[in-house]
Amino acid sequence: MVRGRPRATRVLLYAILAFFAAFYLMPVYVLVNNGLKSFREVSLSRMWAPPQQVTLEAFGKALRELAPNLRNSVVLVVPAALISAALGSVNGYVLAKWKFAGADVVFPLLLFGMFIPYQSVLIPLVQFLQWLGGLLPMPLYGSITGLVLVHVVYGIPITTLIFRNYYATVPTEIVEAARIDGAGLVGVYRNVILPLSMPAFVVVMIWQVTQIWNEFLFAVIITSNPAQQPVQVALRNLAGSQIVEWNVQMAGALLAALPPLLVYVFLGRYFLRGLMAGALKG
Amino acid sequence: MRIRRDRALSALILLPSVVAVGVFVYGFIGWTAYVAMSNWNSFIPDLSFAGLRNFADLFQTPRFQIDLRNTLVFTLTFLAGCLGIGLLLAVLLDRQIRGEAFFRNAFLFPMSISFIVGGTVWQWLLNPSTGVNLLLESAGLGALKSPWYTEPRIAIYAVVIAALWQMSGFTMALYLAGLRGISDELREAARVDGASDLQLYRHVIIPLLHPITLSAAIVLGHVSLKIFDLVFAMTGSGPAFSTDVPGIFMFETTFRGNRFAEGATISIIMLIMVAMVIIPYLIYSSRTEAEA
Repeated sequence: MVRGRPRATRVLLYAILAFFAAFYLMPVYVLVNNGLKSFREVSLSRMWAPPQQVTLEAFGKALRELAPNLRNSVVLVVPAALISAALGSVNGYVLAKWKFAGADVVFPLLLFGMFIPYQSVLIPLVQFLQWLGGLLPMPLYGSITGLVLVHVVYGIPITTLIFRNYYATVPTEIVEAARIDGAGLVGVYRNVILPLSMPAFVVVMIWQVTQIWNEFLFAVIITSNPAQQPVQVALRNLAGSQIVEWNVQMAGALLAALPPLLVYVFLGRYFLRGLMAGALKG
Repeated sequence: MRIRRDRALSALILLPSVVAVGVFVYGFIGWTAYVAMSNWNSFIPDLSFAGLRNFADLFQTPRFQIDLRNTLVFTLTFLAGCLGIGLLLAVLLDRQIRGEAFFRNAFLFPMSISFIVGGTVWQWLLNPSTGVNLLLESAGLGALKSPWYTEPRIAIYAVVIAALWQMSGFTMALYLAGLRGISDELREAARVDGASDLQLYRHVIIPLLHPITLSAAIVLGHVSLKIFDLVFAMTGSGPAFSTDVPGIFMFETTFRGNRFAEGATISIIMLIMVAMVIIPYLIYSSRTEAEA
């Protein structure tokens, strides 16, 4: 493959890759390394030095501090990802297989919703949640329920996009055959489309779970009460306060990053597909 | 009969999503635009009409002028960095590397981590009295030590470094997928014609990657125009607003300062900037899709 001085070129090539790998992995090292130190041992000048005595004290403290918020994030992420995936699936099916007049207009209008800066909807959103919550027996503004609603709605564009592109690859002949057998819109979905949908559901769920877990702007605006805040907001409060020990901040950051990180490690292939869909490539 | 019923049903299935997005995206944007043209700049709502005065005032505000400059600098350096690093890493990884999966994952995993976590850890890494400066010192590169985000003139570049850590794996993945899609025959043909490796990349491969470059630039460009969490967690506004961006200004003036009309005005400007990038792209993609 490589001509000229192959040995030297190969060494250089690996050296560049190793340099970049070190750059990308450096923050993980810092989080783990300092999270495992005791409060006595942690110091700015010894950030890179391994702990003389490994202790889980900082992780224990960060976990006690963040446990309610980690729980909030789970309570938020699971229903929000499930509902937006279900909506995306039926929307994608209709848009891919039942092209009706106006579908070509509706779809890009939906898609635009995933690119907007959410700052441009925040003020009405807060007012709307306060108003709607007043009509319902439960508050929406300030609650995880409200945040679930918000993530479901703003998740519709991306989930619809991924499912639509996935269903577009399902041969129309299969759908036609089912219709000739007498299946209608619902029957085709239940008997033909849904059984084929597992890969798309995996991609969409993984994408939505990591996105909603990591989201900050809606969370910080809608949940001002610390007891209701998801973990990213709580981590920001923890890291922004001067009194919390440095090693605990590191441990806390790692805890907040852990679920998406595990998703990436074990299901990276599917994560990547969601990522590519975000670039409008199906 | 059945067909007609199914067609009505298909519209009915889409209806809740269309209504929800209609209200939460288009309705809310409309209301924000209305607030931006009102006098609501205190805790008490005042929706009397102010026309475009808030916009004129905003562009006269020194903080917003700094924000626009920061956004421009941030977007250009971040884009150049992401495209450059992404292409370099993808080209290197495409050369039958041992341990390719390890390198690929090492480059890409930060994409899965939140900007809040990223900002928190980079705040420590680029803290002048520790982190990267310590590393440089112990490597004998003390001359490269930097005040990073504590020095107003370069602070924004410190944020760019963190953003590159977080997002450049995205362009690497896109380019790598593109490179894998280029057939070996094409490469062989160029070699038979006597092209060197460099010429092969310059004249054959990189031009073939242009559509990827365009998609990546659009996606990353719109992310950087609305960047908020990363800056908020890492530096906030920074010394002398040197890392301030419209997203942070909007957040503070609206939800800390109760200046709703001003906040709405900033967010409408952000929306216009993003729309100028995204709308042509949406039209372009739906056209190419129709042709395909």
